[in-house]
Amino acid sequence: MLQLFKEPHFDFIGKRRWAYLLSLAFIAVGLVSIAFAGGLRYGIDFSGGTLLQVRFDQTVAVDRIRAALDQIKLGESVIQEFGDPREFIFRLPLAEVPAEEVTRRVQEALAKDPAFGKVEIRRVEFVGPQVGRDLQVQALYAVLASMVGILIYVAVRFDLKGGVASIAAIVHDVLVCLGALSLTGREMSLPVLAALLTIIGYSVNDTIVAYDRVRENRGKGVKKGLSFAEQINIAINQTLSRTVLTALTTFMATTILFVFGGKVLEDLAFVLTVGVVTGTYSTIYIAGALIVDWTIWAEARARRAKKAVAKAGSA
Amino acid sequence: MRRYLWLRIGIILVAILGSLTYLYPPPGIREYLYGPAPGLARKGGLLPPTLNLGLDLQGGIHLVLGVDADKVLESQVERAAADIRGSLEKKGIGVAQAARQGTMEMVVQLASSQSWNDALTVLNEFPAFDRKSADQSAGRILLALREREAATQRDLAVRQALETIRNRVDQFGVAEPTIQQQGENRILVQLPGIQDPERAKALIGKTALLEFKMLDERTSVEDALAGRLPETSEVLYQRRVDKDTKVERKIPYVVQKRTLLTGAELNRAEVQADPNSPGNWQVAIEFNAVGTRIFGEITEQNVGKLLAIILDGNVNSAPRINERIPGGRAVITGQFTIEDARDLVIVLRAGALPAPVKILEERSVGPSLGADSIRQGMLAIIASALVVFVFMLVYYRFSGLIADVALGLNLVILLATMAGFHATLTLPGIAGIALTIGMAVDTNILIFERIREEFRTGKTVRGAIDAGFARAFRTVVDTHVTVLVSAAILYNFGTGPVKGFAVSLAIGIAASLFTAVFFTRLIFDLLYTGRRRIQALSI
Repeated sequence: MLQLFKEPHFDFIGKRRWAYLLSLAFIAVGLVSIAFAGGLRYGIDFSGGTLLQVRFDQTVAVDRIRAALDQIKLGESVIQEFGDPREFIFRLPLAEVPAEEVTRRVQEALAKDPAFGKVEIRRVEFVGPQVGRDLQVQALYAVLASMVGILIYVAVRFDLKGGVASIAAIVHDVLVCLGALSLTGREMSLPVLAALLTIIGYSVNDTIVAYDRVRENRGKGVKKGLSFAEQINIAINQTLSRTVLTALTTFMATTILFVFGGKVLEDLAFVLTVGVVTGTYSTIYIAGALIVDWTIWAEARARRAKKAVAKAGSA
Repeated sequence: MRRYLWLRIGIILVAILGSLTYLYPPPGIREYLYGPAPGLARKGGLLPPTLNLGLDLQGGIHLVLGVDADKVLESQVERAAADIRGSLEKKGIGVAQAARQGTMEMVVQLASSQSWNDALTVLNEFPAFDRKSADQSAGRILLALREREAATQRDLAVRQALETIRNRVDQFGVAEPTIQQQGENRILVQLPGIQDPERAKALIGKTALLEFKMLDERTSVEDALAGRLPETSEVLYQRRVDKDTKVERKIPYVVQKRTLLTGAELNRAEVQADPNSPGNWQVAIEFNAVGTRIFGEITEQNVGKLLAIILDGNVNSAPRINERIPGGRAVITGQFTIEDARDLVIVLRAGALPAPVKILEERSVGPSLGADSIRQGMLAIIASALVVFVFMLVYYRFSGLIADVALGLNLVILLATMAGFHATLTLPGIAGIALTIGMAVDTNILIFERIREEFRTGKTVRGAIDAGFARAFRTVVDTHVTVLVSAAILYNFGTGPVKGFAVSLAIGIAASLFTAVFFTRLIFDLLYTGRRRIQALSI
């Protein structure tokens, strides 16, 4: 029988301080990168603007395209090769001219230079300022709503501590994903948001499996002298094979999507892949570890309160 | 759980047969399941033909239009201002000014405050307006359109616009378009398989207000451009694009503001070859009874004068009226190509939009990109399925094979459910399927790991299977609920393509509950129970 771990007994919880440090370091690097870039780069879904995906029938220099686009004066445009030296994406900022004009003018500008040959406009996306603003607000609501939904579900199924710890793990995962997005120069777009929301669901998934196990073990009766930290550690070890195996299959699927899924799905697949890794890690080291520290802290406080009461009684 | 074996086998068979019927319906059943939809006959054999593909996969255009309903209110207030001026003057009350202010307000300035009470009585005849302020000593009244009236007008404008756009799209000829209201004043238009998105946009977005107005021949163009023109006239332009140099020329005309006749009174519009300039086309129009009578009167009263034909505020042509035209027929000329002329005919037949529309959002995908996306997406799905298949087989051996069959069944049910509900498969939806492949085996992993664990505690094969399934089940439900919660939120939030991602993720996850638990359990029960005593389990 092929087995990843034979009855593992790793001391995950004992090393949680190191994990906190690691997480903080990752998040800090991500946040610094976001800060240096002047905030997250928003795609046209949120910032508004026009995106054109254009294919030429021969290889074309970016400078040549830029020269052509500069003539129509539609503002600072971003030109990017897109998976193929003949295929490009132009991002144009919101302009005064109506949407239908933008495409037409680009088409005309490209038609003027014979070096481009035949030009095929394969995709046009225009998002006006109102729609972009609406989507920003809706995106924020969607992320908050899914967190609240999960907080409620975990709090009802388990307890409030578990719910809050799950949310902390989710926030951790989202921050890491956003950092990775910024470090690789990717944009926040609708598909990326969809990936983030999926990761929120995936991350809490693992956490629930571990919590479920803690409760099941307790139902069987806890061995005497087993601290809460040890109970969590045992549950994490018991579910470790499953956690890693599932992470592995999901990771394989998203990596393949990243490599073969095409340029349009690349960002979505990237966030999913990063999210699967951080989601698995955060189950153990954020959701599991935080609930331990919280319990230790709560117990210590209860003891102090008892002592204070005892002292007051004897005085 | 080992009971009802035959019933459970029956359910699985029904699910498989049902799914296959929905994916590849035999000829007679197809119409019954999907109706006589011609759009279903699609080439590109990688995906089942009954799947409804999103615009990002089959190519097409997605538009969100904003109806500028304020323009309707403005023109209503302007018309009311003219009516109010008329009513007051009929009663012998002098009016210095009656004009729109902002969108919904109107200032009425009386020549004197003498007949103040009479004026107020006249104003009461216009119940659509509220009196916001009245200054008797200044003889000045501020009126505002009532909010309820404004809301009704806005609503009407959006609904009319929707109807007009639907008519235009119908005449343009698009298979299975989607045209629906979105929110208060937005219209969603989706046209699958459009080859020329620019033309479609121009056709949909054109206001197409055809107006007939007399030229103001008493005011010279020079005076008018210098701002010396009567209040009742305005300068409009004729746009002519030089065919060789592509340079646009704007020729100014001084036109009387009063509209004599509009395209609303049209009966017919047709493309004709222009007899005076070969290679160009013209549009012949015919008025209805009312339009014919009005057109007859106009031409009778204005013989020898110039009549401006104005389309969306641009002078199309300004022919001289030679004689009274009784038949209600006219011709619109203007260097049209055959496509221009055809599109003009479509918009004239479908009628003008009640208010200008603006494109708020556009997503259009060419057919070649859509085909590329399908190819790459399918490649990713097949590759990830293969890798996961092999992984499960290597790791869990025979049980892995069962999980693989369950996964295959999951994909079939997922696609069939999408086809059956007419859900749309989008490119992110394909990503959702690839992700489902990775996540759907999770349930089997949970169960198998549990069975192995139970084994280690010394249970028999049968005992371990029973305990494994029973113990894992609660966790499985929990994990499914959380993914469904995020998918539901994603669905609620998302626009088209992202919605597709949520749909395929949710259906895939829900189907995995059936395939990974119900189906796998049945196979285990069939293989490892019964009279024979099984000593070893390949897991």
